[in-house]
Formats: sequence, structure tokens, C-alpha cells
Amino acid sequence: MKGLKKTTKVDFATYIGVTIAFIVMYILQSGKHLSNSLSGQLVPICCFIAMAVSLNLVVGISGELSLGHAGFMSVGAFSGVVAGMSLSNVIPSVPVRLAIALIVGALFAAVAGIIVGVPVLRLRGDYLAIVTLAFGQIIKDLINCLIVGYDSRGLHIIFNVSGLKSVTDLHLEEGGKAIIKGAQGAVGVTKMASFPAGYILVMITLIVVLNMVRSSTGRSIMAIRDNRIAAESVGLNITKYKLIAFVTSAALAGAAGALYGLNYGSLVSSRFDFNTSILILVYVVLGGLGNIWGSVIGATVLYILPEMLRSFSNYRMLIYAVVLILVMLLTNNEQFKRWRGSMAEKLGRGKRAEGGV
Amino acid sequence: MSQQKTRMVPVPSQGIIPERDVGSEPILECRRLGIEFGGLKAVDDFNLTVGKTEIAGLIGPNGAGKTTITNLLTKVYQPTHGTILFDGKETSSMNTVQVNRAGIARTFQNIRLFSSLSVEENVKIGLQGHMPYSTLTGILRLPRYWKNEKRMHERALELLSIFDMQDLADHVAGSLPYGAQRRLEIVRALATSPKLLLLDEPAAGMNPSETAELMANIRKIRDTFQIAVLLIEHDMKLVMGICEGIAVLNYGRLIAKGTPEEIQKNPVVIEAYLGKQKEADA
Amino acid sequence: MVFFSYLISGISLGSVYAIIALGYTMVYGIAKMLNFAHGDVIMVGGYVCYCALSYLNLPAIVAVPLAMIACTALGVIIEGLAYRPLRQAGSLAVLITAIGVSYFLQNGAQLIWSATPKNFASVVHFDLPESMTSLGLSSEAIVTVAACIVIMVVLTLFVNKTKLGKAMRCCSEDKGAAQIMGINVNRTISMTFAIGSALAAIAGVLLCSAYPTLQPTTGSMPGIKAFTAAVFGGIGSIPGAFLGGLLLGIIEAMAKAYISTNLANTIVFAVLIIVLLVRPTGLLGKYAPEKV
Repeated sequence: MKGLKKTTKVDFATYIGVTIAFIVMYILQSGKHLSNSLSGQLVPICCFIAMAVSLNLVVGISGELSLGHAGFMSVGAFSGVVAGMSLSNVIPSVPVRLAIALIVGALFAAVAGIIVGVPVLRLRGDYLAIVTLAFGQIIKDLINCLIVGYDSRGLHIIFNVSGLKSVTDLHLEEGGKAIIKGAQGAVGVTKMASFPAGYILVMITLIVVLNMVRSSTGRSIMAIRDNRIAAESVGLNITKYKLIAFVTSAALAGAAGALYGLNYGSLVSSRFDFNTSILILVYVVLGGLGNIWGSVIGATVLYILPEMLRSFSNYRMLIYAVVLILVMLLTNNEQFKRWRGSMAEKLGRGKRAEGGV
Repeated sequence: MSQQKTRMVPVPSQGIIPERDVGSEPILECRRLGIEFGGLKAVDDFNLTVGKTEIAGLIGPNGAGKTTITNLLTKVYQPTHGTILFDGKETSSMNTVQVNRAGIARTFQNIRLFSSLSVEENVKIGLQGHMPYSTLTGILRLPRYWKNEKRMHERALELLSIFDMQDLADHVAGSLPYGAQRRLEIVRALATSPKLLLLDEPAAGMNPSETAELMANIRKIRDTFQIAVLLIEHDMKLVMGICEGIAVLNYGRLIAKGTPEEIQKNPVVIEAYLGKQKEADA
Repeated sequence: MVFFSYLISGISLGSVYAIIALGYTMVYGIAKMLNFAHGDVIMVGGYVCYCALSYLNLPAIVAVPLAMIACTALGVIIEGLAYRPLRQAGSLAVLITAIGVSYFLQNGAQLIWSATPKNFASVVHFDLPESMTSLGLSSEAIVTVAACIVIMVVLTLFVNKTKLGKAMRCCSEDKGAAQIMGINVNRTISMTFAIGSALAAIAGVLLCSAYPTLQPTTGSMPGIKAFTAAVFGGIGSIPGAFLGGLLLGIIEAMAKAYISTNLANTIVFAVLIIVLLVRPTGLLGKYAPEKV
């Protein structure tokens, strides 16, 4: 191909950047050059990059505000943990089991995405936001009612609506194991996640989202975002494309959730509450709406930021809040925008790169 | 403005169509079409027949209901009365998307482009219904993706060249000058391979030389694609210059139909546009 | 009888939601923004009242107005510093800023008052005759419901009869036109925040009186619920907020009593989703189709 398109270049730069960052961090990690806390954060960072990139597909590309993205992560995490744990006798290989867990997580989250998306995507703007918020809360409550265990006979699941049942009601055989214990969440999870797995997750997420955006599906999704009425007039099925964006995003979040869940010994559903959804949304907005590599950087920087502010101990979240407000005020300041625009021109960047996809 | 004379002939459906289209069924027939908004009749008893390759005009003063008719034809609104026959098929059960697939494409009075997409992407959106590939094909970039994207790219440039816009292909649609945005809307509509092109005030905001160029291009489009064009306008000169049959709308009702010459002489039309002479003097 | 007591607790909880929802709905109606920090203003109101009562030993009649004044000032400051510069920005930018403000208030409160819950002594407690308490009535419930009704009536009169109220309605309808007609849009929005925040303070005091623990996160869940209530009733509509809040409180109380404590929130949110699917703009919301 003669003269690659600008968007293609940006995509490749994103892949290469992520790969280089991975290699550097991996070498540092293997050589024990990383602090324990940073080393422990590599997998969660990968998960949250995938979360941010997938949320960007809904909020940035599709232009719908979702406040319940962590709900899909939660669905993926718990279904992934159940898959990863219960298959331990059948599939001894950890990487294969991890891959299956991620796929299971993605599938369950995709189903949740369809269940929420089909009725809800005809709502617009803030109404969609509130419904996704409600969905996040519902998922949290429902998972708190789950009691799941497995033994040689297979999986046992109780849905503990009354709140009176416990693990003993599963009647597990000798040697059986409880995986999710209601409000206590998942306990005794075998840590299967690894940094390379996180890297692969991020790459797959990027490839899916970027390739979709550059295809007719992505174009249609963006066209609908730009002008719904015109999109209908040229024959685009609005619901179909919105649903594709929403469900793909949910599935990717599910995979990220599964990896996240399998990175810890225990997991409670409140880990994926409204605040987590908001946190991911912040990554996306600060990284730039519709800007995929921006989400990667936004998630990385903002995930590490509170850790770096640790020396401020009690003040760190306060500083985080102030940084958040100031960044929003600054990036929306007309004078600052103009200054940035002129800087961009001086650096010889084309107009499209500015805020481009 | 040179204009070859078209003879308009009456057809059984009570409309008139160009003589050359008599052999084939009219592309569009509106019969007693009407819509009420909360008791207010925005359009009432509207009849119109458009021949297969006709450039038809729909004119009327501001607020006469011209855009409402476009919205009825494209099912942005569902008519409350009457029927629309498009290409021999009734459209009453169709929605906007289906009407477009059946072959009606439109432009908008207040421009509605996909403003953050590039010019080429805007056209590709129109094309992709005819060169489809699945979402998964797009994500995995299977051979079909490359093939159809290439075809779409070539076709998009071809269509853009009608208006000499191929060099603008990589520009962001929202950044184009006003006239170019109007032209891009026409190209995008054409990309869906319509049988009937509805142009809602395409000359609004254009200067006289741009308007003249637009007229030539509309005729070129009709000749190249052999499609019908329904021009909704308020600029009389443009309509008189290129339309073969003209319908005049006032207060939601059809007040006259005929060839440009007939319309120009019609006292009812003159009154609707200029007001009664006495009132104007008073 | 048991049902009656559940109903009362639902109505009183719903009244608190309604008062908070009024703040959301007014701000949304006029500034078209979701003020996520609204719930945290409630919490600040609670703390200010708490401090006035227990550190300064002021009587409740002084402490509550003090909390209202503090919250009003806080609301106006937040609007002026964080939201006003973003008037032209996209709704997401404003939303994120509101989230930032919410974090700020929560963490600021944690620094000042620590995360340990404070025991809030009810400011509206008086003894009721045995016959009433046996029905499940409490002084807190009575005061809450009464306060909610009074606020509702006063606010409706204010919005419909006073000049400022009319200015508010104009701004929510069309800011540009309002400006041309000589309405000071910024000041009107400021006033809306002031009123909403004063209401939040009242809600905070009532909430803490009924559920006497106070901590930095006290406001977030009622905030989310009240926001839900506002959407439920039709965001932007004052009677809608009242209706939505009340219904939400009753549904929550009934779900807790008769279905499942664990799933009470789920049921509340599920009802919201169903209502929105049937009436996409909420119970009393207006539908404005896009003009083509």
C-alpha cells in the first residue's frame, strides 16, 4: 500500500507503544527491579486499560453515556473465577484454563450486555446513563446472593434471595469446594493471572476495538453518534449498531473482569461498584473521548497516580480530586485549547490527529 | 439557462409525468396524503405523481409544508391519511431505514452530515449497504473486508468527482465550507443507489454561480443514474430552470400542478407567492 | 398494622429522597447537568449540624439554619468555581467535574471528621403518645413528611409566582432567549444551586435524624437513589421529583419488608428500568422530539 493512512499509523503506534511498554516492564519485573507494589499492579493496570478502551467504544465511539461498565467487569470476574476454579480438575494447564475463564467471562458479560442493551438502548442520553447505573447496582446485589461451589458431580449454585442460606446448603461432597460465598464473595481463588496474559488481553482489546472502528461497523456507529436522523436516512439500523458497540464493549469488559478476578485470592462484588464505573469513565474522558490510545494512557497514568501520591497519605484522594477538576477545567478552557492547537500546528501535526480517533 | 422542453402528459393516477416515462410505472405516487399534528392539518389531500426519470419540483412559500412532505415520504413522520406508492409498492408499513433500502434517499434542509467523519467516510456510509461485510469480517480483516473497502473507496471517489470533490476526500466533513457540505449530502444520498432523490432546499445559502452549477449537476445526476429527482425549493429560478413538472403547495394543500410555464402563469400561484395585489398595495 | 408501619417508614424515607431529588431536578432542569456532588452536600449539611450541636452546644433551631447557610454557600461556591467555567463544555466534562467535586467533598470530610461514623442525635425528636408509636409512627417520620410537603408547596409557589422563579423556568426553557430578555442567567443558575443545596442540608439533617450514623459516604447512596427518583418522576419536573421520591421510598420499604432485604435496591432499580422503558422520560417528564 502506498502511503499508509494517518489512522493506520496511529493504530500501529498504539500497538508498538503498548508492546514496548510491556517488554520493558516485563524485563524489569523479571529482574526484580520493580517495587512490590508496582509489580503487583501490572495485571490490574492491564485490566483497567482494557476496561477503559472497551468503555471508550460505548462512550466515545458510540456516544452513549454508560455508568455501569464495572457491572460487566463484575459479571466477567465472577463467571471467570467460577470457570477457572471449577475446571481445575478437567484442564490442568493454567494458561489454557485462564484463556477459557476469560472467554467464559466475556460470554457471560456479553449476555448481560444483550439483556441490558436490547430494551435500554432506545433510551437516550442521561436516561441511558441512569439505567446503566441501576444495572451496575443490580449486578452487585445479585452477585451478593450467589452461593456457588463445585465437587465431582459438577457445579452447585444457590440463589440466596432470603439471605438465610449458606455454603452448607450446597451439600457439597467431600473434597468439594465453595467458590462464591454470597456477600463474602469469591474466596480461596487460585491466582492464575500473569502480566503476559494482561498484555495479551490489552492487545486483543485494542485490535478488536480499533479494527471495528476502522470498519463499516465502526463507521456506522460513529455516524449514528454524529447524526442519528441522517444515519437512518441512509439506511443504517440504529439499534443494531448501538447494540453491537454495547455488547462488544461488555464482552471485552467481561474478559478484563475475569483476568482481574483471577489475579486475587478473594473477590467481593463491591469491588465493582458505582465508584469503579466512574473511575473507568474518568480514564476515558481524560484520555480523550473516542481516542483509543488516549484511554490506554489515561488508564495507566490515573491508575498509578493515587499510588504515586501515597506519600501524601491522607491527602492523596483529595489531591486526586483536585487534579481531576483542574484537568477538566483546563482542557475545556478556550484559551488553553487555542494554545494547544497552535502548539500542535507548530509541531507539524495534521488537523486530523488533533482529537482524532 | 438552456432547457430542452419536456412534454408532460397526464397519467391515469391523475398526475402528469414526462412523455418519455409513460412506458414505465411512475416511481412515486402520493394519493390523498395527509398528516395531522394534534388536530392541525400540516399536509392535507396531497397528490403527486413523479415519473421514473423526472426532475420534479415541489414549491411553496415558507411554512407551506414542503419539508413535512419530505419527512412523510421518508417516514420520519408516519402519514395519518392517504397512501404513498413507491416503485409500485405501498410504503405504509415501512420505516425510514426500509424506505431508504427501497430506494428513496434524501438531503436535509438544515445540513445533517456525519460531521466528525471524513468526506470519504460519509460517502462510504451510504455505499456500505450495497457492499456489506459482517462485523466479524471487519474485526478480523478477512479478504472480503479488503475487497469491499477497496471497492467502496473507488466508488466514493467516483461519486465525489460528480461535484469535483475527490480532492476533499480526507477532510473532516464538518470543516467543509457550507456549499461543499450541501453537495456532500447529495453525494451521500446518491451513494445509497436511490431510485428517487429528494433534495430539500439544496440551493439554500448558495450564491448564484453555485446555484447554476448545482442545477447543471442535478441534471447530470439524473442523466447518469437515470433516477427521479424531487426538488423541494423555494428558489423559483432554480425550480423553473430544471424541473419538468412542478407542484405548488400552500397551507399544506396542493394549489397547482403543471409544467413550469403553466405554473408561472397560474394566478393562484402568483397570489400565494406575492399575496393579493390589493393587499400588497394597501 | 405491620403493613401500615412499613408504609410509614417508606413514606418518610421517600420524603427524604424527594427533598434531595428536588435539588437534582432543579439543577438538571436549569443547567442540564447531573450534579453528582449533590449527595455529598447532604453529608456536609449533616456534619455542620452535628458540629454545631455537639461541639458548639447550639440548640437545634440554630444548628439547622447554620447547616443550611453553610450548604448554600458551599453550593454557590462549587457552582461558581467548578461548573460555571464549563458552561460551554460538553455534558461529560461537567459530569466528570461533578464527580471530582464529589470525591473532593468526601475526602475532605474524611480528613476533617475522620472516617469513623459519628452518632447523630435526632434533632427532631419529641415524645409521641403510645397509640401512635404502636402504629410505627415516629416523630422523625412526622417531621420529615411535614417538611417535605411544606418544601414542595413553597417551592411550587416560588417557581410559579415569584420573579426569580419565572426566571428559572425561562432559563431552563431557553438560556439564550432568557439572556436576551434581560435575565441574568449566571445569577439564576447560582440561585438554583443555592436553593438545591439548602434543601440538601435539610435532607441531611432529616436523614441523619432518622438513620443516626454520619460518615463521609453517608450522602452517596441516598444521592444515587434520589437521582434515580428524580429520573423516575421525570427529571426537570418538580412534582415529578416529589412523586418519584415518594414512590421510590415506598417501593424500597415494601421490597425490604416483603421480598428480600438483600434485593431491595435491585427491586428499586428494576422498577426504575421498567418505568423508563414504558415512559422513556419518566412519570411526569415531557417528551421533546427532535425537529427534522
